Amino acid sequence: MKINFAKPKSCAYICNRLVSNSFLKMRRDIFQAIADPTRRAIIALIALQAMTPNAIAENFHTTRQAVSKHLRILTECDLVKQESRGREIYYSLEIEKMKEIDEWLQQYRNIWESRFNQLDTLLSTMSAKKQAHKKQKK
Amino acid sequence: MNNDLFFDFTVDKAAKKVFVTKEFNAELSLVWDAFTKSEILDQWWAPEPYKAKTKYMNFTVGGKRFYAMISPEGKESWSLQEYTSITPKTNFKMKNAFADENENPQLPGSDWDHTFSEEGGKTTVKVTIYNESLTRMENLLDGFKSGFTQTLEQLDTLLQSLSEKVKGER
Repeated sequence: MKINFAKPKSCAYICNRLVSNSFLKMRRDIFQAIADPTRRAIIALIALQAMTPNAIAENFHTTRQAVSKHLRILTECDLVKQESRGREIYYSLEIEKMKEIDEWLQQYRNIWESRFNQLDTLLSTMSAKKQAHKKQKK
Repeated sequence: MNNDLFFDFTVDKAAKKVFVTKEFNAELSLVWDAFTKSEILDQWWAPEPYKAKTKYMNFTVGGKRFYAMISPEGKESWSLQEYTSITPKTNFKMKNAFADENENPQLPGSDWDHTFSEEGGKTTVKVTIYNESLTRMENLLDGFKSGFTQTLEQLDTLLQSLSEKVKGER
């Protein structure tokens, strides 16, 4: 098995910062992956047929390196899979994984969870400050 | 999130309503402030890595809040809210709509109702969001529409064509 170390700006890196909860992390991976317009275009492109990085790059006004970077992020999120055919690597879409994105409500719920997680922390800080203030007055 | 504290999220598609209930380990006045003061709201309203920035907020009946959700890339998604009813430390209602940077709302929007109650040092907030058009992701993914709505629409179309393709192959 190949181990991919998370690099800054990679999907895994962003997600690790995002949420500690592993369930949420998986969702957030996808969320981040498809937030980029080029990556969305790549998804649309390879949905029709498996393609090599060079063939994909021909559709964009960008470098082959940039396309490779996007493909790496999509692969890390398990949204695309690689397949070797001879000397070429073909990228295609993980349809099952894509279906997860269909769960709109889960996404929305995650936003609220993340939001309230932050508020829980904030409120405990605020409560502690208020308590300290009361003690000072006494 | 603290698992000891109650959290519930349900959607009634027929009624076009979203219900969010959350219990907080804090006294009511603090929770009320967290929902009604911009300097506190800005610290928690946007889920990471987004940031919330309130341009102005006038928490009175008929008053407005104009704020943006800012993506890590710096893209701003503005929303305009108008407070329609306020019962201090008990309930407030508002109309919410996405807007452009010049405060022009994009209708239809949504109606929000917040109810606060305290019991045994814990405060529960019940939020009801009524969407005029629930099917529109702009309403559901409040503030995340930049790119994301488009993505979802694209994927929706894509998934549909893919599942038809799979059926066709069988």
